[in-house]
Amino acid sequence: MPEQDAAESAPQVVSSFLERRREQVAQRWADALLFRSVFTLSRDEAVEACKAVVDALSEVAVSGRLEDIDAPGFGTVREQLGRMAATRARAGSTPSQIADEVAGLRVPAMDLLRDEFTDPTSAQAQESVLALTVLLGTLRLVVMETALDANSELIERQRQQLLEVATPVIKLWESTVAVPLIGTLDSARSQVVMESLLEAIVDQRARYAILDITGVPTVDSLVAQHLMKTVAAARLMGAECIVSGIRPAIAQTIVQLGIDLGSVVTRASLADALAYALGRQGIEMTRSDTGASAR
Amino acid sequence: MHISGQASATSLPIGSDADLAWVRQHVRQCAAQLGFGLVQQTKLVTAASELARNTLVHGGGGHAEITPLDNGLTRGLRMRFADQGPGIRDLELAMTDGYTSGGGLGLGLSGAKRLVHEFRVDTEPGRGTTVTAVAWVAQVPASRKGLQ
Ligand SMILES: Nc1ncnc2c1ncn2[C@@H]1O[C@H](COP(=O)(O)OP(=O)(O)O)[C@@H](O)[C@H]1O
Ligand SMILES: [Mg+2]
Repeated sequence: MPEQDAAESAPQVVSSFLERRREQVAQRWADALLFRSVFTLSRDEAVEACKAVVDALSEVAVSGRLEDIDAPGFGTVREQLGRMAATRARAGSTPSQIADEVAGLRVPAMDLLRDEFTDPTSAQAQESVLALTVLLGTLRLVVMETALDANSELIERQRQQLLEVATPVIKLWESTVAVPLIGTLDSARSQVVMESLLEAIVDQRARYAILDITGVPTVDSLVAQHLMKTVAAARLMGAECIVSGIRPAIAQTIVQLGIDLGSVVTRASLADALAYALGRQGIEMTRSDTGASAR
Repeated sequence: MHISGQASATSLPIGSDADLAWVRQHVRQCAAQLGFGLVQQTKLVTAASELARNTLVHGGGGHAEITPLDNGLTRGLRMRFADQGPGIRDLELAMTDGYTSGGGLGLGLSGAKRLVHEFRVDTEPGRGTTVTAVAWVAQVPASRKGLQ
């Protein structure tokens, strides 16, 4: 085995080592937990993925930016690492567990690098080992970063799912439905609310639809606009909308904001809105004296 | 303005709907801590929501800086929303109730101004927009004279 050119810097040594031993490093990494657990079906694919990472590391090493997670070399594998991290995250791994799996790539690569030197205790050998350690540490950070991204994507997806379940349309009475809105009414959420409400109006042949916003913390102009659009769409379906649960602080705020809800029927509470809807249908609620005070 | 308490200024990114929710939450928390009443809290959060959304939608994203204030008499909150977007060419028009260049209600800027005590827009076409809004905690008058 040729001894390294003494003039070569440690990063250069590492880079040419990775180029020369690409196949061997990739073969060993393919057996490491990280790649093995992602590429469960095909070892060849794992080896290919490993080679891409080896090439990227070699490129980063030759650029000398061993500690830079933004080194251009990482760019080519960032997407692949992101997909791998996402796969691991879906399988339940936390970003730090994934980072540990990346750390598992160090020993096999280190063994191969040491074999390159006739005297592994020489200064150049030690410097090269150190350079490779630093480089793999940086890789770990890159993966950690993409894993965190993958995690926030996962959270976003869960948020989307929550959107859908959190907007039940309740049938309160003959031809009267209600949607108790809870939480932030952003554009995505409003869309879901509008769709489920219109669907319910058709399915239940509802003539009155109550949008209760007791649980909506902020009504700004966008939320108001969404409410008005929903009211208008319900109207087109032949149903009258009643907005209930506008709290005093919110009422003052929307008036000062300049929003005109004049065209919308509003009631203080859901109960008032229901009474209104029933009244319009000629149904009147009266308390029967017998037994009403029993409990 | 006598301003102290700069040390606790918080900078928050505005790049998504989720960031807007975070800005609202932070403003609500700060306002409550500073002693704003429920109505004033609601107004501040709503103004923040309008201005932060403008930063996101019209300014292409930016950041919010939320700073508690103390002028010696009362406490306050300064909210600054900055972006490096297209800027506003005709500020007077933009501040008009109902004017929107998109499909909004056109009440964000003018409405937010009504919800706070001090309001200022710095904008330059092509360079970006910074909107600053300040509100002070309503003082409980020490004596009732003058309030007939
Ligand atoms: N940060 C900003 N950057 C660029 N333009 C803005 C910004 N904020 C507001 N504007 C302009 O001012 C107009 C009025 O804003 P606003 O009153 O909030 O109404 P809306 O957002 O509903 O359009 C906007 O339509 C937009 O043209
Ligand atoms: Mg706006």
